[in-house]
Amino acid sequence: MSTTNTFVQNQEPKVHDTDFEVRSLDTMCVSDTEIKEPWYGNLKYLVIGVLFGIVFVKAEIISWFRIQEMFRLQSFHMYGVIGSAIAVGMLSIFLIKKFNIKTIHGEKIEFHDKKFNKGQIYGGLLFGLGWAITGACPGPLFAQIGTGATAVVVTLLSAIAGTWVYGRFREKLPH
Amino acid sequence: MLEWLKQPWPWYVAGPLIGLTVPTLLILGNKSFGISSSLRHVCAACLPAKIPFFQYNWKKEVWNLFFVLGIFFGGVLAAWLLSNPDPMVVHPNLQAEMAGYGITDYSGLVPTEVFNWPALLTPRGFIMMVAGGFLVGFGTRYAGGCTSGHAIMGISNLQMPSVIATCCFMAGGFIMANLILPFILSL
Repeated sequence: MSTTNTFVQNQEPKVHDTDFEVRSLDTMCVSDTEIKEPWYGNLKYLVIGVLFGIVFVKAEIISWFRIQEMFRLQSFHMYGVIGSAIAVGMLSIFLIKKFNIKTIHGEKIEFHDKKFNKGQIYGGLLFGLGWAITGACPGPLFAQIGTGATAVVVTLLSAIAGTWVYGRFREKLPH
Repeated sequence: MLEWLKQPWPWYVAGPLIGLTVPTLLILGNKSFGISSSLRHVCAACLPAKIPFFQYNWKKEVWNLFFVLGIFFGGVLAAWLLSNPDPMVVHPNLQAEMAGYGITDYSGLVPTEVFNWPALLTPRGFIMMVAGGFLVGFGTRYAGGCTSGHAIMGISNLQMPSVIATCCFMAGGFIMANLILPFILSL
């Protein structure tokens, strides 16, 4: 976090507030480590991603058809996947907190509380609409392209454009 | 063994494996599981355009880009080495509904009749790939996360905003799949 704060303090005060707010609202996918690793340390995450992608494909989680079944209540499959993933995630976080488990570098593992804002409702609904159309959340888009559905590159580029447009107009949107 | 791996994996194998990603990323390097932020890092790296939302040290989050690149390669490997020779088995009602829209190919995980390059120039293909993708990118960032960051990581960490966001993801999906998508697919 320190890098970000130092960086942000160079900006206008208003920008500082906005960005700080974003960081506190948007804590997913944030790296909390203070340890500087060489670039190849990131290969660990590449390997985890490969395994994760294989599970995505083999359990048909990236299938447009499975997503349609989920939203038509025609199959338990996706509910089973998401539900059991949450159960295992919840138990893991409980154990990490209870036994104060450290990272492999000996750092304390950080958790962030998320603050409620209306974006979770408006944005959540908009993402839900897109999820049912494309049959994919952001992760499966990458795996779908990998399996050879090359036209999904367009969907991914459009998703990046959507993220950019959100960033461009976020001050004008209700939160 | 290989034959077994080529079959579609059941939810009770896949779900726990996905859940284990949460502690794995935390223990390997204090990383919170989430995928949609990778799209934000791409914006910050490629086209920040002085927008405050993209002014941060994205290089610190580069692990996330390695992670999604891995997901891509995972897709390549699974399709190359572990591909299921049989067509997908879907609910008969869905199959009947899809036949009405001219979707009958179940050899791939996404319907080739909808998601292909020439289809981009048709209203149906344009809406499904371009508009659909835009909603995914815009909506996840507006909500502050996607299925991984909110539904799995957020709910696992007992965060009420993530429960609310997940309910909205599902509500949007139900509305689209049942009320709007039939019209789009008929185009």
